[in-house]
Amino acid sequence: MSRRPRWQPLADSEHRLETNLGAWFAGERVVYRGYDLFSELADARWMELLLLGITGRRFSDAQVTLFERLWSLSVSYPDPRLWNNRICALAGSARSTAALAAAGATAVTEARIYGGQANFGAIRFITALSRAVNAGSDLRGSVETTLRAQRHIPGYGRPLVAVDERIAPVLNMARSLGCADGEHLNLALQVDTLLREGRWRLAMNVTGLAAALSADQGLNAQEYQMLASLAFSAGFIPCYADSAGRPEGTFFPFSCGRIHYTGPSPRDWD
Amino acid sequence: MPDQESITTAIWLDEDDGTDLFSAQKSWCHGYDVYGQALTRASYPEYLYLLLTGERPSAAQARVLERTAIALANPGPREASVRAAMNAGVGGSTAASSLIAALSVGAGLYGGARELYLAMLGVARCGHDLQAWRDFLPTLLNEWRQDLGTNPEEFGGTYWPEPQHTPGFEPHAEKTSLRTLQYLDALPQSGSSTAWLQRHLTELEAAVESPISLVGVTAFAWRDIGLSAEQGEYLYLILRLPGAAAHALEQGALGWRRYPFFRQGIVLRNDPGPVGKEDKA
Repeated sequence: MSRRPRWQPLADSEHRLETNLGAWFAGERVVYRGYDLFSELADARWMELLLLGITGRRFSDAQVTLFERLWSLSVSYPDPRLWNNRICALAGSARSTAALAAAGATAVTEARIYGGQANFGAIRFITALSRAVNAGSDLRGSVETTLRAQRHIPGYGRPLVAVDERIAPVLNMARSLGCADGEHLNLALQVDTLLREGRWRLAMNVTGLAAALSADQGLNAQEYQMLASLAFSAGFIPCYADSAGRPEGTFFPFSCGRIHYTGPSPRDWD
Repeated sequence: MPDQESITTAIWLDEDDGTDLFSAQKSWCHGYDVYGQALTRASYPEYLYLLLTGERPSAAQARVLERTAIALANPGPREASVRAAMNAGVGGSTAASSLIAALSVGAGLYGGARELYLAMLGVARCGHDLQAWRDFLPTLLNEWRQDLGTNPEEFGGTYWPEPQHTPGFEPHAEKTSLRTLQYLDALPQSGSSTAWLQRHLTELEAAVESPISLVGVTAFAWRDIGLSAEQGEYLYLILRLPGAAAHALEQGALGWRRYPFFRQGIVLRNDPGPVGKEDKA
């Protein structure tokens, strides 16, 4: 039998996309993950739609509320000094547009020390730990192995400050919704105790807490990565609004002398 | 005294006139007077190289950079990042959004900047060793699947999608494209990597079981001029923007009616029908 040409997958899909995602029937209707948007999803909350769109699964009202409030309480800080928020503030000050500000800030939110990569690492860690513990591994030993390999535990510790002021309100919120009994959260709290009491003196941050809560609602790492991509928007878009309302160029401008130059002395381009 | 945090940089120095502290009168880039000297004495590739590496390139290094810049400047309107820019253009979106779209789409592992990054890792790791090249993709996949972890700074962990082909090689082509061969032939001899590639292309492609791509040739060339994978990733993103801009401008003028929409393209497997029937496929 002759081998399929390597370009065959491209030829097969040049004019055709088979999907369960959905489609717009121009002037008529919209199908969203198999549901008619205007009838079956007419009452859906935006977060509910987003979760359905990403996962293809339906979530309970309490779960949708949980995700919404996770965003509100943990990453919606309207402080223009925060790294991703500052993109919007700079865009406003530099007289760019709102969507360009939001696009830049959204992309920047995929950071390693916070945001996307940190979220992803945290859910990967807690779900892998859960699998290991369920398979009989020792919790302490598993955490120590991760610490040795990665030199940190995703979801624990925090830049700038040691205390995470979001833990208590987020935990209270999750408990009030009946969403705080899952195995990943239970495990995350055990790791918190272990790391606090051990020589590491690391505490769980809200990234670790949110990842555990999300894993308990059935999200996998890729789904969580997609969902989290817009999570900070209620924090950074207002930074554009505030900055755009001030005189141009006045968002923490730098005078020339505040460049601390460490490069070579002046030299000739001959 | 108010907050006097400063920006630490070895790249740039601005000098004010002592009165208006916010207006730079002169600027130095890695020690060179930008507006007083570099502006009239440097070529653009030389200045770009200086900015990224801190040093002026040799004549051969500058020629490599110039030729790669031309080769990469326009991936053409069928390519994903340029299509993204054209999508912005036809809808009347802003210029910046066209380029943001091109950067976002052109950042990835299939023909994008992350592929170039991994291909440069491949050149650094595998060198002239055909067996190492044969093992490169399985090694990457092993690292990805184990979530290493061990060198997250180098590989970027698993945040990026799983690699599906050997970075720097064509997953969907049967043979090396003529334009890729012309690109390779046009590169000046500036180091051992490109020279080895030019001599051993056939064996390398047999080892990897795929033809080399523009990304792969670029990775070898940039390794020879001393760029790191991280520098290469940025440079690749920058150098592909001119084509995105040109095509976005052109499609913006032509308008959405003359741009493909794939009207018959979507086949829904779970269409509930016009009134929303009960059962979902």
